[in-house]
Amino acid sequence: MAIWDYANPTRFLRLVQIILPWLIGLCVIAFAAGLYMTFFTAPDDYQQGATVKIMYIHVPAAWLAMMCYSIMAISSLGTLVWKHPLADVSAKAAAPIGAAFTFMSLVTGSLWGKPMWGTYWVWDARLTSVLVLFIMYLGLIALWRTMEDPIKAGKAAAILTLVGALNLPIIKFSVEWWNTLHQPASVMRMGGPTIATSMLIPLFVMAIAFTLLFFVLHLMAMRNEILRRRVRAMRLKAAATARPATVTATAQPAE
Amino acid sequence: MDLGTHAGFIIASYAVCLAVVIGLILWVVIDRKRQEADLEELAEQGITRAGAAKGDTGQTGPKTSEAAKA
Repeated sequence: MAIWDYANPTRFLRLVQIILPWLIGLCVIAFAAGLYMTFFTAPDDYQQGATVKIMYIHVPAAWLAMMCYSIMAISSLGTLVWKHPLADVSAKAAAPIGAAFTFMSLVTGSLWGKPMWGTYWVWDARLTSVLVLFIMYLGLIALWRTMEDPIKAGKAAAILTLVGALNLPIIKFSVEWWNTLHQPASVMRMGGPTIATSMLIPLFVMAIAFTLLFFVLHLMAMRNEILRRRVRAMRLKAAATARPATVTATAQPAE
Repeated sequence: MDLGTHAGFIIASYAVCLAVVIGLILWVVIDRKRQEADLEELAEQGITRAGAAKGDTGQTGPKTSEAAKA
């Protein structure tokens, strides 16, 4: 089925109506399973002890923070190159969700860092580049709020999003390019994961749960954005219809 | 379930995530109610969405972003 089939917002809203309950159900099941494994079956780390449980929310939040920005970058291409009508709706709806996941990643990383590293924060390349990602999200949200016309705002935000996408490889490879306090990749790496399977499975289940949560929230936020644009269009139409009458009623003869 | 000597950090991490997720859910739910209330208010004023029926016919592949406005 072509992506253009969902260029029509009404058709897209109908699709959301159908798949949203299923996604919500899967998301709840995935979280229940993931949290059960995290707290009742996953072993403590031989060095970190129970503090490793923070990893099961920190790592998926960090992955989602980057995935969300990647989706925004693809949506931005959709806005600028293919002019897909829902592309800027998708990008705008994703920004607050991405900011929230990035915030979660920063806070949980910080709370893990204090007992493990002895500090809440260091200005190393990984932490700093993720902070830049968070600031990028906030900047994009501000940009969308600054411009009244959603189409103009969408184009400006798309350009800024694509420029900001340069930060994604910097985040990913920062632990390899520079000496950082943050440990190197231990799951998505050449040669396979270095984490024990008993920890890897709960981590993947939690990652699936976070991903489903993202899609649930993204679809709901996209639906809201479409409705917001309908309200705006209707208000503009009503104002345009009312204006000639008002002008006629208030017109004064020139002196 | 023993969370060890750093239980406070673990609980704080999960509490922050829970608060953020609840915040996101409230944001989308409240926003939807607001948009639907606005649409109802406009409908009560007799302002309806022109072309709604046409939209249902499922136009595909428009080359501008105008369709998202309507």
